[in-house]
Amino acid sequence: MERLPGWLRQHLAALRAVAVLTLILGALYPLAVTGVAQALFNGNANGSLIEKDGRTVGSSIIGQLFTDGDGNAIPRYFQSRPSAAGDGYDPLSTSASNLGPEDVVDTLATDGDEGRQSLLTLVCARSKAAGELEGVSGARPYCTSDGVGAVLKVFPDRAVSVNQACPAAPFVTVYQGLPVQCATPGEDYAAGRTVPVRGDAPAPAVPGDAVTASGSGLDPHVSVAYARLQAPRVAKERGLPLDQVLTLVGEHTTNRALGFMGQPAVNVLELNLALDGG
Amino acid sequence: MSQTAAGIIFIASLILAIALVHKPLGDYMARVYTGLRHNRVERLVYRLVGVRPDAEQRWGVYARSLLAFSLISILVVYGLQRLQDKLFLSLGFAPVPDHVAWNTAISFVTNTNWQAYSGESTMGHLVQMAGLAVQNFVSAAVGMAVAVALIRGFARRGSETVGNFWVDLVRGSLRILLPIAFVGALVLVAGGLVQNFTGPHEITTLTGGVQNLTGGPVAGQEAIKELGTNGGGFYNTNSSHPFENATTWTNWFEIFLILVIPFALPRAFGRMVGQLRQGYAIVAVMATLAVLSVVLLNVFELAGNATVPQAIGAAMEGKEVRFGASNSATFAAATTLTSTGAVNSFHDSFTPLGGMMTLLNMMLGEVAPGGVGAGLYGMLILAVITVFVAGLMVGRTPEYLGKRIGAREMKLASLYFLVTPVLVLTGTAVAMANEAGLAAMLNNGPHGFSEILYAFTSASNNNGSAFGGVTVNTPWYDVALGLCMVLGRFLPIIFVLALAGSLAAQKPVPASAGTLPTHRPQFVGLVVGVTIIVVALTFLPALALGPLAEGIH
Repeated sequence: MERLPGWLRQHLAALRAVAVLTLILGALYPLAVTGVAQALFNGNANGSLIEKDGRTVGSSIIGQLFTDGDGNAIPRYFQSRPSAAGDGYDPLSTSASNLGPEDVVDTLATDGDEGRQSLLTLVCARSKAAGELEGVSGARPYCTSDGVGAVLKVFPDRAVSVNQACPAAPFVTVYQGLPVQCATPGEDYAAGRTVPVRGDAPAPAVPGDAVTASGSGLDPHVSVAYARLQAPRVAKERGLPLDQVLTLVGEHTTNRALGFMGQPAVNVLELNLALDGG
Repeated sequence: MSQTAAGIIFIASLILAIALVHKPLGDYMARVYTGLRHNRVERLVYRLVGVRPDAEQRWGVYARSLLAFSLISILVVYGLQRLQDKLFLSLGFAPVPDHVAWNTAISFVTNTNWQAYSGESTMGHLVQMAGLAVQNFVSAAVGMAVAVALIRGFARRGSETVGNFWVDLVRGSLRILLPIAFVGALVLVAGGLVQNFTGPHEITTLTGGVQNLTGGPVAGQEAIKELGTNGGGFYNTNSSHPFENATTWTNWFEIFLILVIPFALPRAFGRMVGQLRQGYAIVAVMATLAVLSVVLLNVFELAGNATVPQAIGAAMEGKEVRFGASNSATFAAATTLTSTGAVNSFHDSFTPLGGMMTLLNMMLGEVAPGGVGAGLYGMLILAVITVFVAGLMVGRTPEYLGKRIGAREMKLASLYFLVTPVLVLTGTAVAMANEAGLAAMLNNGPHGFSEILYAFTSASNNNGSAFGGVTVNTPWYDVALGLCMVLGRFLPIIFVLALAGSLAAQKPVPASAGTLPTHRPQFVGLVVGVTIIVVALTFLPALALGPLAEGIH
């Protein structure tokens, strides 16, 4: 070693250092953690798996879909939040939507292009659908009654409701004296000034978590408000008294740890399992 | 209790916990780096590595050892990824494409942990453990080593040497990071994180659908990922994934792990220079900036001022129900104030001003409190610049801790501070001027610009978080961001070590009536002011094109 040139000696030492540290930190450390974790917290370490009738039906901390083969909500189950992970709740492609807070203009579908919905329209459409499922109003601020973002592109002589494809009736007929038109798919409205219109919707009946995708796409929880909104529908479908369903919601609500960490949350899979008597 | 009240207690409890821990941990770290004895394991390691642990190094040798170690690390991590299909525990994944492998190798060796790949579908367990997790440890230890070398520069008198890199590396890894990470990993498993060696396994869901549940040695990696301010997630969605961050209290604990070493290092600094009050002044600067940032981020996210959050009624897009908007904002502040870059919610969907705060945190140079080691050396350079500015005002040669800040020292400090702005702004400009760069935007308009600016800010400051919509697993971005990461890490390190060498060689001058006291609130205020002014002057124009244009109507 000592006779080698300095730079080479240094790199040889570096190579050995990487090898030795890899052995300690890359092999012994994970093995030791796994050994102790498996001994002390076996259930957690293996993914908090839940069994029903001898069959694993999921993990209590990973959300799943409660929809039929066509993606429609199965009414006898509490529904999870929207998810951007693959086709929904796919742990092999976890993802958030990553859409921005001012993503309000859709690309309307044309013959050659299936278009793209803005985050605002996604929110409005989900709100409308959830409202219909639960039998309440799906109206929200900045949403049209047909469930798209209420957004105008304003030009000197006219305004265009850009998310409403013709022949839809625009959500307003006149904006500051300018006539409002429906949007022609494929036409470029980029030059207009973007004006989202709040409208006069009251506080929404559908809670925020019901209309947004989570960060992981695997959120196992819904808010207490969203669970309570769903309870009457589930009770009716199952022929159960509403009180009994609400009691179950309460039992599967995790409150803030130590009273101040995070937000109260209802575990959807565990709640549905309890309803199924599992 | 309202979310706001709970969020305030959440922040207060974190401050309290860190205040309690920073003294004993800081003292312990000072002992680790100044102790003369090597334990049996370490002696064995030094023998296997072939270095003499008691040989002191000049700054140049120290730097070359560090660079050699980092170069070999990059090659090993690159090799592990390229060959993973031929090794064991690959889960059947194909070799990682060359540009992604180069980007990832650099990313983890530079403590950035930028991820141009999706963990659950790209990296086998062997790469995760032996490649990525090892770098989580050693890249953090490298950062601490550089900080300690700089501290020695201030502490030593007329010395030609700044320490021994191999000793600092091994002690930082084995005596500081390893024990805390081990305990931390078990705490996280108790909270619900997974720790096993299985691959994806298919299950049938309650309604008869198919779901592939993933496994892996996650908890062990999560603990060091936060503790070493690394931030590279085992899974694509990082600490929002329930297997990486299962409960509301694991979320608290992960934020604690992120902040604990960076806030304890100033104590170690105070100990090692023999004036605890100097350490308090530094920690006061860090805490002032950090609290300001955490509060503002919470205010912006809870207010939810933007069209879509108003329509939703809360800024909940990209956030988990169990964390809510407030605790997500607090995590986002912690991860960008340090060089962590882990996320428990997606910054791309934050309100415009909330997203701007995450950007601004990184643009501060990650000094409040910054990455492990990197935060302290960044802050000490700011202190040097501050005494220089103050010295100009009164017309005296500035000094800090008895060391004169002359022309050579100021040149090195200025060079240090020019590196990241040059990388961030030229990188963003080049990306905006060519099609490969522009193609990466998910959102358009100012928000698309913010995505690109965020990517270069994150890479150059070795943070690693992203406005996640940006598509960066293209050859152009992998190469460009890889260059930013490597230059943004090692150029500043070389300048810091050179500064350490020149400071160590000086004999301290005795304090006189004209010496600026550097432990009083006045100095703390000066450093905070200098930091904010330097950053604002550098980055305000870029911010005006992105988040400010989007957020202010």
